Amino acid sequence: MTLLTVRGLTRRYAGLVAVDRVDLDLPARGVHALIGPNGAGKTTLFDLISGLVIPSAGRIVLDGQDITALPADARARGGLARTFQAIRLFGAMTVLENVLTGLHPHLSAPLPAIVLHLARLRREERNAVARAHEALALVGLEQRAGERAAALSYGEGRRLEIARAMAGAPRLLLLDEPAAGLNPAETVSLGVLIRTIVAAGTTVLLVEHDMVFVMGLAETVTVLNFGRRIFHGPPAAARGDKEVIAAYLGARVAARFAAASPP
Amino acid sequence: MPPWLSDLLWTYQNVLVALGVNGLLALSMYVVLAAGQLSLGQAAFMGLGAYASALLSLRLHWPFWLVLPLSPVVPVGFALLVGGPTLRLSGIYLAIATIGLGEVLRAVYLNVDALGGALGLSGIPEAAPLWLIYLVLAASLFVLWQVGRSRIGRAMEAMRGDARTALAMGVNVRRYRLATLAASAALAGLAGALSAHATDFIGPSDYGFETAVSILSFALLGGVASPFAPVLGAAVLTLLPEALRGFADLRLVLNGLVIVLAVLFLPRGILPWRMRRSAA
Ligand SMILES: Nc1ncnc2c1ncn2[C@@H]1O[C@H](COP(=O)(O)OP(=O)(O)OP(=O)(O)O)[C@@H](O)[C@H]1O
Ligand SMILES: [Mg+2]
Repeated sequence: MTLLTVRGLTRRYAGLVAVDRVDLDLPARGVHALIGPNGAGKTTLFDLISGLVIPSAGRIVLDGQDITALPADARARGGLARTFQAIRLFGAMTVLENVLTGLHPHLSAPLPAIVLHLARLRREERNAVARAHEALALVGLEQRAGERAAALSYGEGRRLEIARAMAGAPRLLLLDEPAAGLNPAETVSLGVLIRTIVAAGTTVLLVEHDMVFVMGLAETVTVLNFGRRIFHGPPAAARGDKEVIAAYLGARVAARFAAASPP
Repeated sequence: MPPWLSDLLWTYQNVLVALGVNGLLALSMYVVLAAGQLSLGQAAFMGLGAYASALLSLRLHWPFWLVLPLSPVVPVGFALLVGGPTLRLSGIYLAIATIGLGEVLRAVYLNVDALGGALGLSGIPEAAPLWLIYLVLAASLFVLWQVGRSRIGRAMEAMRGDARTALAMGVNVRRYRLATLAASAALAGLAGALSAHATDFIGPSDYGFETAVSILSFALLGGVASPFAPVLGAAVLTLLPEALRGFADLRLVLNGLVIVLAVLFLPRGILPWRMRRSAA
């Protein structure tokens, strides 16, 4: 069964095509990786799928429903969650409140019930808090629930973002470079966490630079270069693909040139 | 009521009215700021509530218990009219559009004879007793407190911190922007109706830019960490000039100084204590 289908997805900015006619078919369940050199369009593709950026062309279908025209909040309500390449927490809120915000689309007590603190509201909030604690336990932050989110360390912040995204049990979770900036031990436990998430029934699409991490985790790999999809298939095959090697080699050679050229 | 208390109330009647009305106006400002918007239309919304309610009382002789609950209708209508089209634009457009609304309305009050023209409207029945003003203030505080610790309060704080991320979390940011602007206009409309019926006179220049800025300063001084913060800010800025009555010339200067110092040194206001946003 296909969970996410992307057809001809394109995003143009003045003078460049960040995402160029990308096709993608993600089966339900499993971990899928999106890789590519810096500026290849990975984050833009995530922004397009989650609805934060409007496509110049193309279609996005989630679970059989065309979501291309849906705003981002409606997509979140429909079971699409994400994290960000640079951590974006609500810093003044507590850790628990951050996760509760991730549950927002699942809460529906009407205004009179809220104002009068009726049983319906109390029940809903109690359930929400319980679910939020579960999500925090999943990422190992249950002890920190009452602290300000801004007080968390970098690695904890990354995990809180995942808890916030997971609170509503999404069908598809987009993780934008979740391992970036983590130490080796944290990276290992992130891998364990992602396997747990997938076992619970959420499909994961992640952007990652660490090829060892990707090889051990992902079932399929999609490679972007200059906005275009240049490879899609099992990770082992990606390593041997000429175009993929050229893209990464090209990027590395270019980086070496940039480093060697005088300022 | 003991005689000393009624003496006190009589002596300070104007200050006590201003304290309650400004508290409501501070809450009106709070509702939009807490959702990360800048509207400068609070004075205009107040004026719409004041004029609409005064006309209902003066021309149609409706009783105040009917006029007061209806006073939000006109300001909310204008809020949706002005707020709706600016939603898709960046935040600054709402501020500009609401300033424009205030100036346009002032010209309308000034030039339409049926609205009293430059003389304003006088002889408004003094139907709003002090206790009613404070009842409305207390009820508004209660409602905003309950809402603040619910999913709505979390969504508003999320929007204020980072609207894009709030959107990705499933918060319908546009709807919340419009709803908070409407709630803000409703509160200002109530404040306008109450003050018009507590002082018997309203004029076209009561609801201009200067009033808009002083309402903004209530919330700037108090902060928006809880609904009590802006009300405290309003109380300080209402009572300070009274305490400085002897230095009439210095009042405006000191008032301005308080605002500048608060913004520079207390960016989270004088009451930064943050309310918990969980109602479980
Ligand atoms: N809002 C924007 N306006 C103009 N250009 C943009 C915008 N957003 C992204 N781009 C450009 O689009 C291209 C793709 O950027 P994107 O962030 O998607 O790459 P990426 O693959 O995520 O890179 P990285 O690995 O560095 O995160 C880049 O050249 C970038 O400069
Ligand atoms: Mg990126």
